[in-house]
Amino acid sequence: MKQKRNFQFSTLHSPFKKFIECIVESILTASGAITSIIILLIVLFLFKEGFGLFKSPTVEKGYMLCVNASNPIETLTSQQIKQIFDGEITEWNIENGELKTEGENNFQSSTLNFPLEIMIFRFDDIFNLYSDEELGENYDLLPEKLGEVISENPNIIAFLPEKYLPENNDVKTLSSTHITPADFFLGKEWIPTATPAAQFGVLPLIMGTLWVSIFAIIIALPLGLGVAIYLSELAEERTRKLLKPSIELLAGIPSVVYGFFGLVVLVPLIQKTFKLPVGETAFAGSLILAIMALPTIISVAEDAMRNTPRTLREGSLALGATRWQTIYKVVIPHSISGISAAVVLGIGRAIGETMAVLMVTGNAAVIPNSLFQPVRTIPATIAAELGEAPVGGTHYQSLFMLGCILFVITLIISITAETISKKQPNKGL
Amino acid sequence: MKKVILATVILASVMFNATAQKIKGSDTVLPISQKEAESYMKENASQSVTVTGGGSGVGISALMQGTTDIAQSSRKIKFDEKQKLQEAGKSVKEVVIAYDALAIVVHQSNKVTNLTREQLEDIFTGKITNWKEVGGEDLKIVPYSRETSSGTYEFFKESVLKNKNYMNGIMSMPATGSIIQSISQTKGAIGYVGLAYLNKDVKAIHVSYDNGKTYTEPSVANAKNKTYPIVRPLYYYYITSSESKIKPFIDYVLSDKGQKIVSEVGFIMIN
Repeated sequence: MKQKRNFQFSTLHSPFKKFIECIVESILTASGAITSIIILLIVLFLFKEGFGLFKSPTVEKGYMLCVNASNPIETLTSQQIKQIFDGEITEWNIENGELKTEGENNFQSSTLNFPLEIMIFRFDDIFNLYSDEELGENYDLLPEKLGEVISENPNIIAFLPEKYLPENNDVKTLSSTHITPADFFLGKEWIPTATPAAQFGVLPLIMGTLWVSIFAIIIALPLGLGVAIYLSELAEERTRKLLKPSIELLAGIPSVVYGFFGLVVLVPLIQKTFKLPVGETAFAGSLILAIMALPTIISVAEDAMRNTPRTLREGSLALGATRWQTIYKVVIPHSISGISAAVVLGIGRAIGETMAVLMVTGNAAVIPNSLFQPVRTIPATIAAELGEAPVGGTHYQSLFMLGCILFVITLIISITAETISKKQPNKGL
Repeated sequence: MKKVILATVILASVMFNATAQKIKGSDTVLPISQKEAESYMKENASQSVTVTGGGSGVGISALMQGTTDIAQSSRKIKFDEKQKLQEAGKSVKEVVIAYDALAIVVHQSNKVTNLTREQLEDIFTGKITNWKEVGGEDLKIVPYSRETSSGTYEFFKESVLKNKNYMNGIMSMPATGSIIQSISQTKGAIGYVGLAYLNKDVKAIHVSYDNGKTYTEPSVANAKNKTYPIVRPLYYYYITSSESKIKPFIDYVLSDKGQKIVSEVGFIMIN
């Protein structure tokens, strides 16, 4: 600041110019501040929307599950609700007010006083039983008719809107529970549109993302660093001038193109080579991501290595080190922070990439136990589902929660890379 | 492609003034409305119609808020949506503008030609896992589905799976094109696509909804004479009080010329 003033006095500038300079400075400061605040707000928004999920009920908002009053059942887990409505659990097997899913049914019909077989009743079924006229004007008689249906069938479980809940002594509503963090983080099923109880088990998605990204990095890293070393240290000037722009060109290809290439070329190839029932696998995703991450890794790492001062190299060679020793002991340690930046950017690309992975991994939400299985990744899930998820609903919140998870994963990676590159200031020199 | 259409539509809606007729809703119906609007405006230079997608639910809630004149929908209006409209003192009218049929497709080399609805339900909910259980060779079944955001996903779930959930971990593809691509290169694959997308790369399955008494081939003719079971109507919804404003356009869609456009886009005419 002082220097600037001296400069101004010496060139005899008008106070007007000084004023302008002041304004420019404050604009720069303000834009910096605004950007940081906006980023902070976006992160806050992400987490606020995401954590709303744990306030949502397991059963769809505005709806209730009802049973006949003679039924001793008190609560059902969201998993059980799903299994009942899918026809996987077909009998009331109740112990202490809870549904037993395993083991033989010890109850006789007579002890429960009603048939064991579960009868499923969805709200829309009422329109098959009664015509619109019978339900009265503005559906005034609807709750009454629903009540009749429930009291007539002691083995019923009904999925009804709260608004039309029958006021009838024969009807018992099941107490509603909230989605817990355990349901979310440890759940193994991702069926966000299941009614009445959507399943938000995020484990398969996290595992899918990790499998695909880790293997992409395992493939891309050695290759990328190898090419970077070759380009910066071993290649002739002419080869380098030709090769580097063409590699950088790869980074400019849109990811949909990579995805389509993967779907049409890689997927059938993988299927034939490994004799798999399906070609859309985690492996296909890893390969595509590796190809996509390569240009970033190569170009950033190569730039870092070429920035090693000439004096360092010459000193090393003059001391009698071979070319390889110079690369290994001088160039790489000197450029380690640039190389780790390359690695972080590469991993970032692999974890956050959406479109290409969406097209080649098959998007099956199962926990993978081999590389040759279809997987579903977090970014692909967000991209595919956010479009139709009603704003503010449970599904929408769960997708924001996925965004938070992705954010945390990337944060961890950046912090790790930062510490690694800081730990090695000129080590080995 | 969808995004390009959306972008042009948004641009167009900004350019036109507020007195224009607005259509909003299902992405399935979007191409029909788009083409109809284009040719309607060509013939009536004074009129302007703008079309936006976003999903059936989005269209109907826009109708409630009065931000659209017509809601295009690939499903019937839900009971609670109708209720909300009634509470707001609006009565809604429904017009069927076209039909859409789903075809079940498998790999070309698959020997299975006929499947019943029950078999399809078991395949897509994961109870049947090998083709030999339904009369084919000893091969693992790989079912493909659309993403959950698609109206086709919901329709298939409702009509074929009788509201049960798809098997855990079903392969789900972002677009009809990738379903066809994947099925044409995967031997054990089975999936569903809109009738308009059927081509020679995949084999269409004959479907029976009466426990195997009659199997019907998916074709426009069979969908029209209602022998093919997996057919859904596509709707326009509008508020009765604004009928006079939009009637000319709806009449145009229902006219012979408008219906010709429907079949050109790949859907089934209403008569």
